[in-house]
Amino acid sequence: MLGKIKWGIHPDTHKSPTEGKAIESNELPRKVILPVRQHIGAPGEPMVKKGDMVKKGQLIAAGSAPVSSNVHATISGKVVDVSDKPHPGLGKCLAITIESDGLDEWEEGLPTERDWGKLESSEIIEIIKNAGIVGLGGATFPTYVKLNPPKNSPIDTLIINAAECEPFLTADHRIMLEYTERIVTGILIIKKVLAVDKVIVGIEDNKMDAVKALTTALAGQAVQVVAVPTRYPHGSEKMLIKTILNREVPSGKLPMSIGVVVQNVGTAVAVCDAVRNGIPLIERVVTVSGSAIKEPKNLNLRIGTTFADAVEQCGGYKFPPEKLIMGGPFMGVTQYTADVPIIKGANGILAFGKEEINDGPESPCIRCGQCVEACPCGLNPSMLSILGERSLVDEALNEYHLLDCMECGCCTYLCPSKRKIVHYIRYTKKLSAQKGGN
Amino acid sequence: MSTEVVQDEQIEKMIVSSSPHMFANNSIQKIMWTVNLALLPAVIFAVYHFGMPALQTLIAGSLSAVIFEAITQKILKKKITVSDGSAFLCGLLLAMCLPPAVPLFVPIVGSFIAIVVAKHSMGGLGYNIFNPAHIGRAALMVSWPVLMTTWTAVTIIDTTTSATPLNIFKLQGYDALINTFGSQAELYRSLFFGLRNGCIGETSVILLVLGGLVLIYKRLIDWVVPVTMIATVGLLTWLFGPHGLMTGDPLFHMMAGGLIIGAFFMATDMVTTPITRKGKLIFAAGAGAITVLIRLVGGYPEGVCYSILLMNCVTPLIDRYVQPTLYGRK
Repeated sequence: MLGKIKWGIHPDTHKSPTEGKAIESNELPRKVILPVRQHIGAPGEPMVKKGDMVKKGQLIAAGSAPVSSNVHATISGKVVDVSDKPHPGLGKCLAITIESDGLDEWEEGLPTERDWGKLESSEIIEIIKNAGIVGLGGATFPTYVKLNPPKNSPIDTLIINAAECEPFLTADHRIMLEYTERIVTGILIIKKVLAVDKVIVGIEDNKMDAVKALTTALAGQAVQVVAVPTRYPHGSEKMLIKTILNREVPSGKLPMSIGVVVQNVGTAVAVCDAVRNGIPLIERVVTVSGSAIKEPKNLNLRIGTTFADAVEQCGGYKFPPEKLIMGGPFMGVTQYTADVPIIKGANGILAFGKEEINDGPESPCIRCGQCVEACPCGLNPSMLSILGERSLVDEALNEYHLLDCMECGCCTYLCPSKRKIVHYIRYTKKLSAQKGGN
Repeated sequence: MSTEVVQDEQIEKMIVSSSPHMFANNSIQKIMWTVNLALLPAVIFAVYHFGMPALQTLIAGSLSAVIFEAITQKILKKKITVSDGSAFLCGLLLAMCLPPAVPLFVPIVGSFIAIVVAKHSMGGLGYNIFNPAHIGRAALMVSWPVLMTTWTAVTIIDTTTSATPLNIFKLQGYDALINTFGSQAELYRSLFFGLRNGCIGETSVILLVLGGLVLIYKRLIDWVVPVTMIATVGLLTWLFGPHGLMTGDPLFHMMAGGLIIGAFFMATDMVTTPITRKGKLIFAAGAGAITVLIRLVGGYPEGVCYSILLMNCVTPLIDRYVQPTLYGRK
């Protein structure tokens, strides 16, 4: 089943500061900032205004567009602001700020236990949609859309993505060890909705304790747990599908087009909480790590908690960070302020000091070919960077398949000339989008 | 007001940059000096084998290359990058491809052409189309053909000769070559250990292969290139032998001349050869074929230098048409 892997890189994992530490549950944040857009798709419509009192789990922004997602209050308290706020991924976004009343009271009727075995698939999808669940691996694609594939794309396989290939991050690792039972239930719920026989959990083989825990917990459930080689970017669904099923997702298409649905392991937990316990998505596990953090930890945080608060719960900074990142070191987004909220897709907060920042001045490409060898998409990153430097959009687009790049960063990591290849590619993509718009 | 001030301070403090935020401990400097080190055993052997004149040529070649690069970059108001080791490598490789006892101006003029003309007039490291060391050597070949083909007398077994094995092969034929060395086994042994006449750095097959293996292990060169180039030469020279089809001596041709140093250290030059593995394979096979063509049919006894330069010409073409296999486009 596992073919020979030729793509990718082996960076230092840096997982040891947090992988052995139990998840710490959150202190109640004093305030949360909840952007109406924390997902791929249209923003939600705010349903509260300044001065309103809200309860934990209350719907505060409704996603009514075909691809969108609901946002719920994650603490009880008073809406103090509905305005544009710094957003960790989008720059700025309309956000609802809630100040805690210290009571942490649930919305009436929450949580509710359900016997999910008796629910119809369509009812389950509705619950998942209403609970505001999106892909928690970082891509934040609304989950209900993935669970409702069009009739012409029959699904035969469900893959649970627990590769967690990004260095530093251990949130998924810890939930596999600590939330095992909820993961199992979540997987079984998703399996039922998709009506598939084949379910495979893919975990990188640097987490054998998690492989063992899930294998034991899933015994007798017709769900296979597979240890895939540790190699970045194995957590990309395209790579995981290729390794596990030896199928390739056609360029520009979704995995559904080849009969596969991939869900992140954290999403399975959220699905279990929503369907079995009636709890909307209001918290997630976040790895807080990096050399600038005093005590790196995995925290179970309310969505909307600011980065500053999360860092505070880890003893604060050892020294002022050079970079503050949402996500992993390869695909994460740098922040200009710590006053941004944890959003649904935030699996990590990394505060880097000088020791982690080792990029030097850029020099011309010497065509060593290491980027070509490592590129999981089979592109020529060297050429794309050169074309980007010269703004040659059409050539990059038509002859060098610009849009196939998923920006995993292997090329830039390896480059001996320290070229910011991914940046050139993003720039070229942006130019191409502007051209297309005219 | 106060929050705005705090934010401004943070904006100044934290770096905002495009991902990724993690980089391998990899640099041009590291690559180039590793290649220089890989050449060291062959260089030491050359000095032992050919003596002081070889050492002088090696020093003149590499040092003048470094000085020419510094001067050129100074004049062009570019950052001076001689510490990256690429100019040193270029000068060293050039000197290794010269006869041992050339006058000192020869390696210096060669380095000038390699660094100033072939490398920096094209835009510097990364932009040059041709292998600079080979351009330098080719220019010297046309300018001072006699100096470039005059060999010091070296005693092999019990005869003293001032001809290279390929020279004897070209001018007097294969049988005369075997006679010079005594037997085929003796010929192979001399070639393998480098106890023969030739350019400074090209003689010791064992030490060059050793250096090449280090580079393959360090993943700085692709084994496909030397293997394909050397195998192509072996196959074609065996096919088109001196006494008819399939009578050639592939082992002799594979170890003679500058093939080993060319296949491991010149045809693997990153800047001037194709970037994909398939492209590298085509390049190496082409270079091997042209080498054989020159050796067996052409006017020169050796063709490695010209074959690589000719294949350098088609590298952009190869790169344009031979692209890596894309994911999801089957």
